[in-house]
Amino acid sequence: MTAFYAFFLSLPYAAAIEPHLPVLQIVIPLLCAPICVLLRHPRLSWMWATAIIWIAFFIALVLLGKVLASGLIIYEIGNWPAPWGIEYRIDAANAVVLVIVTAIGAITLPYAKTSVEKEIPEPRIYLFYLMYMLCLTGLLGITTTADAFNLFVFLEISSLSSYVLISLGGNRRALTASYRYLIMGTLGATFYIIGVGMMYMMTGSLNMADLQTLLPAVDHTRTVLAAFAFVVVGLGLKLAMFPLHTWLPNAYAFAPSAVSVFIASTATKVAVYALLRVVFTVFGHTGLFETTGIDLILIILGIVGMFAGAFVAIFQTDVKRMLAYSSVSQVGYMVLGMGLATAAGLTGTIVHLFNHAVMKGAAFMAIGAVFYVIGSVKLQDLAGIGKRMPVTTAVFLVAGLSLIGTPLTVGFISKWQLVQAALDHGFWWIAAAILFSSLLAIVYVWRVVEVAYLKAPPEGAVRREAPMFMLVPMVILAGATVWFGIDGDTTLRIAGEAANALIGSVPGGKP
Amino acid sequence: MSGLLTGWTPGDALVLTLLIPVIGAFLVLALGRWENARDGASLITAACLFYVVTQLYPIVAAGGRPDIVLFDMVPGLSIRLTLEPLGMIFAGIASFLWIITTLYAIGYMRGHHEENQTRFFFFFAIAIASAVGVALSGNMLTLFVFYEVLSISTFPLVAHHGTEEAKRSGRIYLGILLATSIGFLLFGMIWTWQIAGTLDFVRGGVFNAEQAQGPMIAVLLALYAFGIGKAALMPFHRWLPAAMVAPTPVSALLHAVAVVKAGVFSVLKVVVYIFGIDLVKLAPGTDFLLYVAAFTIIAASIVAMRQDNLKLRLAYSTVSQLSYIVLGAMLASDIAALGSAMHIVMHAFGKITLFFCAGVIIVFAHKTDISDMKGLGHRMPVTFFCFFLASLSLIGLPPMGGMWSKWYIALGAAETHQLVFIAVLMVSSLLNLAYLMPVVLYGFFGKEPIQPEADADNDHDHHHAPPNNLLLRPMTFGREGVSDASFICLLPIVLTATGCVLLFFYADQIRIFLTPVFGD
Repeated sequence: MTAFYAFFLSLPYAAAIEPHLPVLQIVIPLLCAPICVLLRHPRLSWMWATAIIWIAFFIALVLLGKVLASGLIIYEIGNWPAPWGIEYRIDAANAVVLVIVTAIGAITLPYAKTSVEKEIPEPRIYLFYLMYMLCLTGLLGITTTADAFNLFVFLEISSLSSYVLISLGGNRRALTASYRYLIMGTLGATFYIIGVGMMYMMTGSLNMADLQTLLPAVDHTRTVLAAFAFVVVGLGLKLAMFPLHTWLPNAYAFAPSAVSVFIASTATKVAVYALLRVVFTVFGHTGLFETTGIDLILIILGIVGMFAGAFVAIFQTDVKRMLAYSSVSQVGYMVLGMGLATAAGLTGTIVHLFNHAVMKGAAFMAIGAVFYVIGSVKLQDLAGIGKRMPVTTAVFLVAGLSLIGTPLTVGFISKWQLVQAALDHGFWWIAAAILFSSLLAIVYVWRVVEVAYLKAPPEGAVRREAPMFMLVPMVILAGATVWFGIDGDTTLRIAGEAANALIGSVPGGKP
Repeated sequence: MSGLLTGWTPGDALVLTLLIPVIGAFLVLALGRWENARDGASLITAACLFYVVTQLYPIVAAGGRPDIVLFDMVPGLSIRLTLEPLGMIFAGIASFLWIITTLYAIGYMRGHHEENQTRFFFFFAIAIASAVGVALSGNMLTLFVFYEVLSISTFPLVAHHGTEEAKRSGRIYLGILLATSIGFLLFGMIWTWQIAGTLDFVRGGVFNAEQAQGPMIAVLLALYAFGIGKAALMPFHRWLPAAMVAPTPVSALLHAVAVVKAGVFSVLKVVVYIFGIDLVKLAPGTDFLLYVAAFTIIAASIVAMRQDNLKLRLAYSTVSQLSYIVLGAMLASDIAALGSAMHIVMHAFGKITLFFCAGVIIVFAHKTDISDMKGLGHRMPVTFFCFFLASLSLIGLPPMGGMWSKWYIALGAAETHQLVFIAVLMVSSLLNLAYLMPVVLYGFFGKEPIQPEADADNDHDHHHAPPNNLLLRPMTFGREGVSDASFICLLPIVLTATGCVLLFFYADQIRIFLTPVFGD
């Protein structure tokens, strides 16, 4: 990563651009998105979006390199110093999330091109790319900003655009799914802004670093306590923390394939990051973490979510829906790691952000490709799909093994880290719960594998793979699932840096 | 390194041993269209693997411990290969028997007209690669990784036929093996890492005196013993009988040698190199595990007696015999552990012979049930004689290799004053006699029913004309009424049966080779 940063600096004009990268990361996709309306043409919009999002990915890599080399980056918008102006702060934690989001965004685009042409009517395709870029902007903004109100603005940008993206799904139930997500998402955002309002009332500041120093003086008041509750519940809704996850399964299941891939791998991850930031940075110096017992609440909700999500997944006949419930379960792991509140636990959460993005992206891509070819994602229609679409099914198998947590896949690395973090605490029952929930994953993954490989394909079925544009991205993600499962060292080290960046400022936090 | 490997460091040779079967697997895939070339590739791969393993033998015998660190998987924990005497023995038998089994499998799969043979030989090679990986593992993490790859790569072999029954069995197979390994073994492993800060295999164990205190050691030991589901300790043994739906070469090499031995080998490794024999002796839970192993020995033998299906009977026999090894390991005496290590070899040769015989009886006589095998010994004399020899070895009678391993385990029980386990071993020998000898007796002295071909098992095979190929044709030895297995199937049987006899005379070589691990 640092080598990549050095490479960037060697480019022409790099020195002039380099200080402004934090804001360019967001402004470029934001300003370039509306141009899709002028382009209109599907192919042109796609090319435009590809160019912009790959630039964003490039910037994210440079930023991560810079953070790893020289630490925290602070950028004051319009040169207004904080707390009056809006401040962007990038440390290891959000630099990692920026890379995850832009990487998934970039790699989904070639896949989206083919998939969208089939699933969305041509006159509306440019809308897809427009909303896709806006959604990305929102997610990147949430990740970069160090201003609590600004975070709300970006939260709304990403949410509103994702409602549109989901409603583009071909099935009419996509509209109700999107509507439901809209209601729940708006509730979440409203709760968040109420919490921010209360904090502003008590401290007169919206800057996160400022809040961090001002809040401890008033942390005994009921207002701050209420603010904490509102913010946690609001963000909990966005990240689909059990039992606030009910919007997620339908939204993922009925969205266009490319949208499922993108949203499943990024949106909840960014919300998890936002919650981490609020809990460990904004409220990091208050005693609320201890007095409210939020750690225990997160641990319990995490564990219940892990089991409930996986258990419901077992009974799904729609494979996309099954993957959606699996996401509820996987979010449980992240929430659990957060509840452990140690450097090891947060490392587990952050490494799982990345690992889950990779494997779930691969799984959704594979199932989307199946939909592209055979027009169904119902379990009974997948008979013998392993023979009909060998590469796609192999990708699904790799992703599934990773969901189970078998070694040589990223899922193993996450579980290793989380179990270790739980044992650090002496919570052996949490460690046991993590491992036993993997057993449920075996059941829901293997149901699909059996149908795909051991059932004979229906009469007249021919061998037909998905088009190259879909195959290459998903093979890359499957490759990453294995690569980072073998070389977990790299990801764990970076996640460890990120965890330290979050928790380092917490006096009560146990590094 | 000598011979063809001149210039290779021993560490590189370890990587090569892992890569050979993997390369072989992809060669098989590439040559899938040409049957003979594909099967030739399997054979050559097996021979190459065995050659490299034999090249490593003198190094280990001279006290060398080839070692190579491949990469870090998580911070502080690497994937590492180390070869020590126990692993050498396991790698040796797995690779040697692979050659023989490949020969047999070619005859069996063709004789039985199985489908998807390319897939079969592909996953077979991958399974061998992971078994060798288990043998070469330099720390617990590496062992775990290969252990899991072995479970997953054998699933397509178990579910090979794709029938409802095969699917159900595959589910039981993978379900139990993955559940125990993720639920218990991984848990125990991370816990060990947490306490000791290392997962390396160290002679005498990784825990220091302070860490070894308390009941947690007992819990850990149980997590390992049950977590290594491949050792088939009751109540986690059901996967092994379930695996019998697979084609017989799989049952023979994987479910009598590679997979199950990977299990007991792991138990032995954990006892010797993670806990250390002295700690196991003191740990409070050891007695419990000893009784579980003893119970498994007896109970599985009794269940075996009640099975009429020959392969199932042999499977339960394997469950029982595996617990000998666990028992020997848990007795916590050097001599019993030596007996365990020896039993890995002895049982491998004995059981693979028995399965080979069961397989040719299916292919060439179309019989799966023992009660149908009356008088079959006259038709297939060589097969039944070899079955007889291997049975003797399993029972533990001289002049067969199986005697020595039982002898040493019993000596260990005497040494630790746990005479009850000597009684268990003796009862079990009688039970072995009771479930293995009837097969031989039926074969040689039973009266053949009037319509020998009228049972339900002579299914599709009869539509195929007998092959012209000399290697694949049933052997008659020029006698009337004799129609034994084909040469390519019979040769492996004779070789492994001879192995059982030879091991009686060369058992001491194994003891000497293992001296660095268990002392004199």
